[in-house]
Amino acid sequence: MSATYDETTEGTVYTVSGQDWNELIEELAGATDQRLVINMGPQHPSTHGVLRLVLTLDGETVTEARTVIGYLHTGIEKNMEFRTWTQGVTFVTRMDYLSPIFNETAYCMAVEKLLGITDRIPERAQAIRVLMMELNRISSHLMAIGTFGMELGATTPFLFGNRERELILDLFEYITGLRMNMAYVRPGGVSVDLPAGAVDKIGEFLKIMPQRIKEMRKLLDANPVYLARTKDIAYLDLTGCMALGITGPMLRAAGLPWDLRKSQPYCGYETYDFDVPTATSCDVYGRYLVRVAEMEESLKIVQQALDRLAGAGLKGKPVMIEDKKIGWPAQLALGPDGLGNSPDHIAHIMSSSMEALIHHFKLVTEGFRVPAGQAYVGIESPRGELGAHVVSDGGTRPYRVHFRDPSFTNLQAVPATCEGGMIADVISAVASIDPVMGGVDR
Amino acid sequence: MSTQDNLPEVPREPEVLREPVVRTGMFGASDTGDTSGYGGLVVRRAPRPVTPRPYGGYFDDIADGLERVFGEEYADAIERVVIVGDEMTIHVKRERLVEVAKHLRDDPALRFELSLGVSGVHYPEDAGAELHSVIHLCSITHNRRVRVEVSCPDADPHIPSTVGVYPTHDYHEREAYDFFGIVYDGHPALTRIEMPDDWEGHPQRKDYPLGGIPVEYRGAEIPSPDQRRSYA
Repeated sequence: MSATYDETTEGTVYTVSGQDWNELIEELAGATDQRLVINMGPQHPSTHGVLRLVLTLDGETVTEARTVIGYLHTGIEKNMEFRTWTQGVTFVTRMDYLSPIFNETAYCMAVEKLLGITDRIPERAQAIRVLMMELNRISSHLMAIGTFGMELGATTPFLFGNRERELILDLFEYITGLRMNMAYVRPGGVSVDLPAGAVDKIGEFLKIMPQRIKEMRKLLDANPVYLARTKDIAYLDLTGCMALGITGPMLRAAGLPWDLRKSQPYCGYETYDFDVPTATSCDVYGRYLVRVAEMEESLKIVQQALDRLAGAGLKGKPVMIEDKKIGWPAQLALGPDGLGNSPDHIAHIMSSSMEALIHHFKLVTEGFRVPAGQAYVGIESPRGELGAHVVSDGGTRPYRVHFRDPSFTNLQAVPATCEGGMIADVISAVASIDPVMGGVDR
Repeated sequence: MSTQDNLPEVPREPEVLREPVVRTGMFGASDTGDTSGYGGLVVRRAPRPVTPRPYGGYFDDIADGLERVFGEEYADAIERVVIVGDEMTIHVKRERLVEVAKHLRDDPALRFELSLGVSGVHYPEDAGAELHSVIHLCSITHNRRVRVEVSCPDADPHIPSTVGVYPTHDYHEREAYDFFGIVYDGHPALTRIEMPDDWEGHPQRKDYPLGGIPVEYRGAEIPSPDQRRSYA
C-alpha cells in the first residue's frame, strides 16, 4: 500500500491519514523537490483545539509558518446583540473556556463602567471576583503546563495538571453550581454568595496546593529532557512582543513586569499583596517559570481574599449592587434538584412585595437600560490582556461587544517564533503561547 | 443702559435640531394609523459629543503632545475629542490616521507603544460615517490609555491600514474587514480570518440578519432571538 496522492497545480499533494509515514517516505525517496508544505491541524492533538498551521519545510527546518483560524467561530459577539445585557454573561463565559471567570469579569466591568456604577459594586462581590479569578488563573495555568508536557511526550505533567485542576473545578462546582461556563459574575456583582462550607473547602485546597505545585516543579524545573526542549526555543524579545501586541506570561518572560493587576488595578487588586514574576530568557522555559510562579502568587491572593471574606468586615454583606433597577433580582439556593431560585425569594415577590415582583418582572423579561456610549476595560487574564469593548445605544441590549482576546493576538507570534526553527519546536512554541481557540475565534 | 439690552434674549435654534432625522413616530407603524398620540414624533440623531478643554488628568498632556507635533494642522487631523469618565477618544480623519498613529507611538511625550487592537462598529444611522474602526492604545512608559476612532462612509469603506505602525493590527484589521467589510488600504494580506474564504456578506454589520429558527418549548413556540420583542 502506498500513500495516496493527487497531482495539482501547486505540485503533488499527499494525503497522510496516520500510520502510513513509512509509505510516504518511500514515495518521497526519489523526489527532487526541496520544499515540503505540511498542513498541521486543525485536528492535530498538539494544536490546542482547532488551530491549523501551514508549515513550509526545508528538511526539518521550518521556513514559513502560517496560522489559519476560524474553525471555532460561533458568532458570540453577534449573538449578544440580540440578548439582554445580563444574558450576555452566558455567552462570554463560553469564549475562552479555560478562563470563563475572566471573560465574565471583563464584560461585567465594561457594562458597569457604562452604567457608571463601578464604585458602587459591593466590596464582598469584588473580593469574590478576585478569589474566583485567581482560582481560575491557577486552573488555566495548570492546563497550559499539563498539556504542554503531554505534547512534548511526558504524560505525568498532564496527569498532575488535570488532577490539580480538578480540585479547582470542584470548588467552582460547589460555589457556582457548574464546573465550567458558570456565568457567575453578573453586571452589578456576582450571581450568588459563597455557599456554607465554601470557605473551609477553599482553605483545604490552599493547604494541599503549594505541595502539588512543588511536585510539578520537581518534575519539570530541572528535567534535562524538558530543558532541552524548552531552553532557547521560540525566542521572542521585548521589541517583538511590543510590536506584535503580545501580553501576559510571554511578555513577562521577556523581562517586562507588565501586569494590569499592578499597573492599572481593578476589583481592589491594589489592596492585595503579591509579586509579578518575570523571566529574562524570552524563551519557552522562561514562560513556563513565569506561569508556575504566577500560580504561587495566585495562591497568596486567594488566601488574602478568603481571609477578607471570612472576616467580620465582609461577612454576610451583599454580593449584588443594592439598586433595584440594576441588581439581578433572583436569589439562588441549593434545592433537591440542584441550584435554583430560592423559595424565600419566590415567597417574597409572590406574596409580600408587589414592588419586588415588578422589579423582578421588568429586569428578567426586559432587562435594564444602559446609557449610550462606549467603554473599554482591560483585565489581566492568564494569557494576557483581555479587553472588552462595549458599545451601547441606550437600549436593553448591547449594541456591539468586541473582545480583545489575548489568545487571538498572541497567535500572531507563531511565525516570529517558529520560522527558522525545527518542526519539533513548533509544538513547544505554540504551547508556550497557550492559545485557547474558543477565545481566538469567539 | 439702553432698551435694547433689557430685551429678553431671543432663543436661538438649538444645535440638536440641525441633526438629521433618524426616526418618525413612536412604534414604527406605517400601514395603520398610530393611535398612541406619538405619530408626529420626530427623533433626530443625537449630536456628536465634543468635549471642550481642559480635559483634566493626563488627557490634556496627550492633546498638548498632538498639538505640538501637528501645529497648525491639528484641526485638520483631529476631528474632535470626547472624554467620558476615565476614557479619552480621539476622532481622527481617516486620511491622517497613519500619521497620527506614528506620532502617538513615537513622540516621547505620548509613547503609546502597545496597541490592543482594532474593533469595528457599524452605526447605520450615522450618515456619511457608518463604519467606525476603533483602536485601543496603551502607553507602558506613562501608564496611560487612549482610544483612536476613525470612520468611513459605507459607500466608500476604505481606511488606511496601520499595520506598518502597529504590526499587531494584522489580525485585527483582517477581523474588522471580515466582519464589517472595512477595506484597510495597504494591509499586506487583507483576507477573511474567521469566516470561510467564500463567505458572502459581513456578519457583524447591523444589516446582516442573525438568523435562527423558532424553538418549541412545552407546547409553545418561542421565536428565534432576532424575531423576539426588543425594548430598545
